[in-house]
Amino acid sequence: MSKTYYDPSDLRKFGEITEWSEELGKKFFDYYGSVFEEGALSAREKSLIALAVAHVVKCPYCIDAYTKDGLERGITKEEMMEAVHAGAAIESGATLVHGVQMMNKYKKLSM
Amino acid sequence: MTTKSLSARNNELSDAKKQLEFLSSGLFAEGELPTFRDQLKKQFPLKPKALEILQINLGYMCNQVCSHCHVDAGPDRKEIMTIETMQHCLEAIQKTGAHTLDLTGGAPEMNPNFRWFVEEAAKAGIKDFIVRSNLTIIVANKKYYDLPEFFKKHNVHVVSSLPFYKKEKTDKQRGNGVFDKSIEALQMLNAAGYGIENSKLKLDLVYNPSGAFLPKNQKAMESDFKKALKEDFDIEFNSLFAITNLPISRFLEYLIASENYEDYMYELINAYNPEAVQNVMCRNTLSVSWDGWLYDCDFNQMLELKVNSNIKHISDYDEKEIQNRSIITSQHCYGCTAGAGSSCQGSVA
Repeated sequence: MSKTYYDPSDLRKFGEITEWSEELGKKFFDYYGSVFEEGALSAREKSLIALAVAHVVKCPYCIDAYTKDGLERGITKEEMMEAVHAGAAIESGATLVHGVQMMNKYKKLSM
Repeated sequence: MTTKSLSARNNELSDAKKQLEFLSSGLFAEGELPTFRDQLKKQFPLKPKALEILQINLGYMCNQVCSHCHVDAGPDRKEIMTIETMQHCLEAIQKTGAHTLDLTGGAPEMNPNFRWFVEEAAKAGIKDFIVRSNLTIIVANKKYYDLPEFFKKHNVHVVSSLPFYKKEKTDKQRGNGVFDKSIEALQMLNAAGYGIENSKLKLDLVYNPSGAFLPKNQKAMESDFKKALKEDFDIEFNSLFAITNLPISRFLEYLIASENYEDYMYELINAYNPEAVQNVMCRNTLSVSWDGWLYDCDFNQMLELKVNSNIKHISDYDEKEIQNRSIITSQHCYGCTAGAGSSCQGSVA
């Protein structure tokens, strides 16, 4: 049994989740596959969005997967890092915008 | 980045037998991953289709020492095709039913009899006459500066390696300064009329990943290359071939040293595409080594797996007899059947 919560080789086993719930697993992977096909957004653009979200949700599997996906698509490291910053900016903005709530509460409670 | 071949470093991977042993051990010996033969199931053994491409390796000498090179080519390699073997090749070229003649190396231009051979081979009137040029050779020495004009004169189709349209990745894979020299050579080829819209002189580029990952969409990559090279350097070309790095020779060395070997083999096998098997290049190509031996493909040549036929040497060339053979496969073949497949002409599925 692994002594850590995350094992990089588990990513290869992702498809196995279908074994314990075939219908839902299949629906998920069909949906997932469709989402990343070329559409109004290119597969390349979606790969960068996925990389940014992977960092925001702090999923090590997703970070590995979409760094490799980006390399395969010829996405440069500068583009990848900008995507991570876009995710980080939204995440930190989401924290900071709560500062307004703090300010509101502060003002309400203060004379 | 290393500056010497595996061979010059006496690295054990310079021994083809050691490579084949390695590729059949570990994950495959333990049954964790299926061998290529098991994966082929009823398609085993692979048989050739009509011969379309005769690929001739003029020698392993090269002015570059690329970190992914499956030939283990470099300036220290002395294996060069002699004029006598070239004569045998010319006799075969006269007889072959193949529509494409494909000269490769090393840097084929470094063979002292290269120009004579091209002139003689061109007389056979084969439809598509390819020379695989690493680009930098064109600007390596004054004696090569006129290569674009020489190619033009003999209506040679130039296929050149350029791993990426940015300097950093290209130089990491192919050596410092290679990108700038490649750009200069591409501009010289464009100036000679190569790769220009509506020109009959064809210039194709070969993209292969600069690391332990697979190429994705050849068309999308071609479009990125065209846009970047045009905008940044005013360079034009015809098509981009996306080629997968096979786990042999120096790329195998890299995979092992960077601890990527296992993941890469999983990646290749997960991406196994039975459709690509229909069109793998070993089924329509024959590879001739610098010393005249015959192989199913350039990769089998490097693994010293001679054709499974009574005819094994170009001096005994009998196309009909050779076409009866079964193709020799091993785990490296997964590199040609992953995703959209891979060949010297790019994707196959």
